[in-house]
Amino acid sequence: MLVYILKRLGTGVITIWFIATATFTGMHMVPGDPLTTERGMTDNIRENLERQYGLDKPVIEQYFLYMGNMLQGDFGLSFTEENRRVNDIIRESFPVSATLGVLSLFFATMGGILWGALTAIYRNRLPDIIIMFLVVLGISVPSFVLAGLSQFLILNLNQTMGRSILPVAGWGGFEYMLIPSLVLGLSTMAYLTRLMRSSMLEIANSDFIRTAKSKGLSTQRIFISHQLRNAILPVITVLGPSIAIITTGSFVVEIVFAIPGLGRYFVQAVAQLDYTVIMGTTVFFGSFLVLMVILVDIIYGFIDPRIRVQAAK
Amino acid sequence: MLMTNRILVFLASTLLFLLSFSAYPQVTEVSGVNPETKTIQLALDQEPPQLDYMKATDAVSFFITEHLQEGLIRKNARNQLSPAVALRWEMTGTSVTFWLRENARWSDGEIITAHDFVYAWRRVVNPATASQYVSIMYSIKNAEAINNGQAPLESLGVRALDDFTLQVELESPTGYFLELMAFLLFYPAREDFTEAQDGRFGADVENMLFSGPFILTEWVHGASLRMEKNPMYWNKDSIEINAINIPYITQDGAARFNVYKDGKTALEGGLVGLTAEELEGALNERYRLRSVSDGSVFYLGFNHSDGHITANKNFRKAIQATFDSVELVNKVLGIASYVPGKSLFPIYMNGVENKFRQEYIVPEVELNLERAREYLELARQELGLETFPPISFLIDEGSTGPIVSQYFQSFLKQNLGLDILIDVQTFKLRLQKTDVGDFDLVLAGWSPDYEDPFTFGELFASWNVNNDGFYKSDEYDSLVRLVQSTSNQQIRMDAMGEMQDLIIEDVVILPLYERYITYVQDPRLSGVLFTVTGGSPIFTYARIQEEQ
Repeated sequence: MLVYILKRLGTGVITIWFIATATFTGMHMVPGDPLTTERGMTDNIRENLERQYGLDKPVIEQYFLYMGNMLQGDFGLSFTEENRRVNDIIRESFPVSATLGVLSLFFATMGGILWGALTAIYRNRLPDIIIMFLVVLGISVPSFVLAGLSQFLILNLNQTMGRSILPVAGWGGFEYMLIPSLVLGLSTMAYLTRLMRSSMLEIANSDFIRTAKSKGLSTQRIFISHQLRNAILPVITVLGPSIAIITTGSFVVEIVFAIPGLGRYFVQAVAQLDYTVIMGTTVFFGSFLVLMVILVDIIYGFIDPRIRVQAAK
Repeated sequence: MLMTNRILVFLASTLLFLLSFSAYPQVTEVSGVNPETKTIQLALDQEPPQLDYMKATDAVSFFITEHLQEGLIRKNARNQLSPAVALRWEMTGTSVTFWLRENARWSDGEIITAHDFVYAWRRVVNPATASQYVSIMYSIKNAEAINNGQAPLESLGVRALDDFTLQVELESPTGYFLELMAFLLFYPAREDFTEAQDGRFGADVENMLFSGPFILTEWVHGASLRMEKNPMYWNKDSIEINAINIPYITQDGAARFNVYKDGKTALEGGLVGLTAEELEGALNERYRLRSVSDGSVFYLGFNHSDGHITANKNFRKAIQATFDSVELVNKVLGIASYVPGKSLFPIYMNGVENKFRQEYIVPEVELNLERAREYLELARQELGLETFPPISFLIDEGSTGPIVSQYFQSFLKQNLGLDILIDVQTFKLRLQKTDVGDFDLVLAGWSPDYEDPFTFGELFASWNVNNDGFYKSDEYDSLVRLVQSTSNQQIRMDAMGEMQDLIIEDVVILPLYERYITYVQDPRLSGVLFTVTGGSPIFTYARIQEEQ
């Protein structure tokens, strides 16, 4: 098991190095640089700036410098938020995104498992049809529509009631997180519902369920300890990458609800060609994703003994 | 079931863990304007990128700094230059003397002295500081040479004769020099404090020292800021607002407007203006809209360098004779508050005694399709072409670019049979392509650095780095040099009047529109000052009335 984990971590490091190198190359191939602004600069002012940011060195030297700093855990200074270290940006905004993300994942998993199981039980009957219709809606309506719409509804609610029921935007206590996390988690919930439904249906026809039935176990008992436990496996597989994606923030939800999370930096940094922030956020996200996938594989082993046996060989 | 339980416990505990360390200070007040506490609340479109004001270049940093710091001179409530740290001043030729008030203090209680200005200005021109807007200081003696690394820092033309007398030597007479004193690059900084910050000056609340009407008391990066009245400010009794709260930072204008509608902010649209969709919504919901010039002029830039068809004057004249800026603004853009472009010099600029545009009337350009076709035929012969190849029109995705370029595309095809290829780029790439001259036509804009027509006039000097189209004319260059050589207002303005004529006659550019921003404001709030330069909107002179 330990060898397996070490091996996975080793390939993980190579993956991250590859991600970093590819991002670095791609980023420098885009014409323009972070110092390009609307106001023209004399060559001299530009040289002063380039010297300060180390952009006067050859790209290959910048690459090795950057990699060296990164190995020491230093992502450098942001170009757009000029006095802030990228490490600080990640350290301060990731917890915000993560809080929102975990809350929304909580909604998504609970909802997904519940709705999925329900649709499987009521297969092809009215509850199934209604839920599956909502699921298609949940998957296909983009989050900026959903976010804008829900904000509009909160605003109208507040105006109708004549006082603040829910905050329209901003960040603070739980009341600020409720709606954004629901919006953020909805498409994952819809996806998990579908996954859960098909997985439940597949298991309903399997041999061991038939055996359980023939042993005379109660429907409830079969559902909970045989059907649900086995059907939940694919959900967990999907959950790993989902955690990485959702907890690192969503651009749309964060800007609509004015949430100071990490998500907005992914998009803004690229638009501004903020080299250090692009690298920092990408490497951070990449490492997090790789780690989550490894973690899920390990947890998987605990839930499904078959995988553990294979890994031990 | 056991497994689901475990997962549940895991999720719940992670959630609690994360919630515990996202303990965010909740600075949100109940409403946008609070008449009891005299507090207002605002939303920003982005986090201030640079509060080390000696290096700042963007509108949000300007806005925050305007409230936190103060220079020798400031704009008063009527938008006129008035004494700030300096009590009085005298300008003779290339020498300016400022006498400082003795009761202006830093927020830690120390007196602001002339040495603080000497230190700050030297820091700006020091090449190691790499201040991007430093060229605005080049009118001071030796500033450019120092910034180019060719002269020692001490040779900068600014001296403290004593603690309260500051003397400035200029390279040449600079008619607008006093205007510059209200610009943040000329604000003071105290050496002992600045140097002690280890390169982090302006990075956080504890790395800042304040000379202005407000102090920054809270700054959660990317999330919120709070400014409170500065108890050490020499003129604090004239300030009514006790605190400015900024609990919302988002680039989504619709979201900010929703926050305003929810009564959580006092003013919206003051920095970037409401978008066209928001305007429509606001009109339907009967919000009172206000609009004010943001100072900028937008124009169609021609590439004047060799190898571009747009370098041909008759070709440019053909386009000029068919273009109607009134139609563009009223029918195509449909933004009633914009002013159709007639000149490079906007209508609000002052001339010698009156408005510049009243003293120097813009030559009338006749819209004449026949003439336009004659010009085009002349251009075709001069260029030795059978037919005109497609012309590229460089824009970025934002703002009015797509609408304006499509308008040109359609009317130039219809009237002159010209083909326009619209080159849509991201903002950064548009700047990059403009810099290297990879365009025939470009949608460009300029907003003033100081309130004098010369901030626009100097644009098309052949050596100006912002002369995007690489226009070069000896006549224009000599007019620019003339303005730079004197502080006699009559001579300066006459020269700029000639520039105005030359720009039309030579079709250096085609003025499109003067931009206005539209905003909404809580009716209990008054006295918000909008300026075309610097940190507008300014809340320093604002007043709050009780419920009406």
